[in-house]
Amino acid sequence: MCLGIPGRIVRIIDEQGLRMGEIDFGGVTRKVCLAYVPEALIGDYAIVHAGFAISRVDEQAAARTLELAREIETQLAEENE
Amino acid sequence: MKFLDEFRDAAIVRALIGQIRGATTRPWTIMEVCGGQTHTIVRYGLDELLPRTVTLVHGPGCPVCVTPIGMIDLAIELSTRPKITLCSFGDMLRVPGSTCDLFDARAAGADVRVVYSPLDALELARREPIREVVFFAVGFETTAPTTAMVVHQAARLKVPNFSVIAAHVRVPPAIEAILSSDDNRVQGFLAAGHVCTVMGIDEYRPLVEKFKVPIIVTGFEPVDLLQGVAMCVAQLEEGRAEVENQYARSVRNEGNVAARGLMAEVFTFVDRRWRGFATLPKSALALSDRYAAYDAIRRFGLTQTRANEPIECRAGEVLRGLLKPLQCPAFGSSCTPDHPLGAPMVSAEGACAAYFGAGRLAAAATEAK
Ligand code: SF4
Repeated sequence: MCLGIPGRIVRIIDEQGLRMGEIDFGGVTRKVCLAYVPEALIGDYAIVHAGFAISRVDEQAAARTLELAREIETQLAEENE
Repeated sequence: MKFLDEFRDAAIVRALIGQIRGATTRPWTIMEVCGGQTHTIVRYGLDELLPRTVTLVHGPGCPVCVTPIGMIDLAIELSTRPKITLCSFGDMLRVPGSTCDLFDARAAGADVRVVYSPLDALELARREPIREVVFFAVGFETTAPTTAMVVHQAARLKVPNFSVIAAHVRVPPAIEAILSSDDNRVQGFLAAGHVCTVMGIDEYRPLVEKFKVPIIVTGFEPVDLLQGVAMCVAQLEEGRAEVENQYARSVRNEGNVAARGLMAEVFTFVDRRWRGFATLPKSALALSDRYAAYDAIRRFGLTQTRANEPIECRAGEVLRGLLKPLQCPAFGSSCTPDHPLGAPMVSAEGACAAYFGAGRLAAAATEAK
């Protein structure tokens, strides 16, 4: 239940005054409430928890996190040479 | 899948383990707070890859697990009343109350249904106006905004036959309780990335100052968790205690402003007894007076029983990080996912279920031989 996972927003609609949408999780599409991510657009990734998007994934921040981790990998490889 | 596969990269995982090994000079005990994190750790065996000096203990971050038995009894009792339809997340229905669980209540004729999202429960109420639809709302600050939204929506659309049992809880009071206890051995925390996605990170600063422990806001994939551990170990080794954010792709300092705004309107802080803990001040969210009409507890005059946990189940110690699931004598013998004695064996986020699912019992048996 708490395992929020990222998916890509493929559709945004209004349903009874609520910002709703469809999110694609690697081929499986689910209806999700987008009211808490007013800034998110089609094509953006969002973290979804219990049928609600709770954040728009910041792609630059994701890239930085990975870059930091990969630097360690390179460092270690060099030390082992 | 994007944002998942990269964060499970085996080469990066190995590199991070190497980094942690190189940085650790003394033994450290770190608690991951969230049950989702516990699952990743156990499923990928991250705890077994780490140097022996770094011990990960599992925290109280399984919302189903910390819901007190009295609250479950209250929901079961309500479900047996005429015209009531009780809905909740699947895990919640299998948690034993003092005599049975909600699935048993259903087998005995109660109308109990599983929902994926609280919005499904509201939809059900609108489709079946002759029934009283009650959503049993459990979860930490990650889930609380979803309940806030349905309550707000129910009020806006004037849905008279919908209400919620609000059993939401907050993480910071639990961290405070763990750090304040005499038997505490936790020296640093990996805070739950999705709780902080909603709440931001400022709530953790007073804890860091008061107890001088590092708190790293951490994500849920193997790379995230190991990076969180590396950041925590670095602080411990250097004698620093700060709040740091490993999970910046989802967590902003201020959290999710829209979600926090609606939560502040719909909920109010109350004291609550948690499973495994004493009554924790301001640790839970109840519906505010403005939304009293949607509060099932008030609508149906419900009261919590003071039922006790079965003595055999050591969930309290497991949830406070004092005992690992394998150290519970019932684990895998009288307590299994098919016949759980306690909530941590039921929930997808419970530590006991995580260990069982990862086959840790068999592994321990082989090692003993
Ligand atoms: S293994 Fe079962 S009995 Fe033991 S603490 Fe976990 S849930 Fe309780």
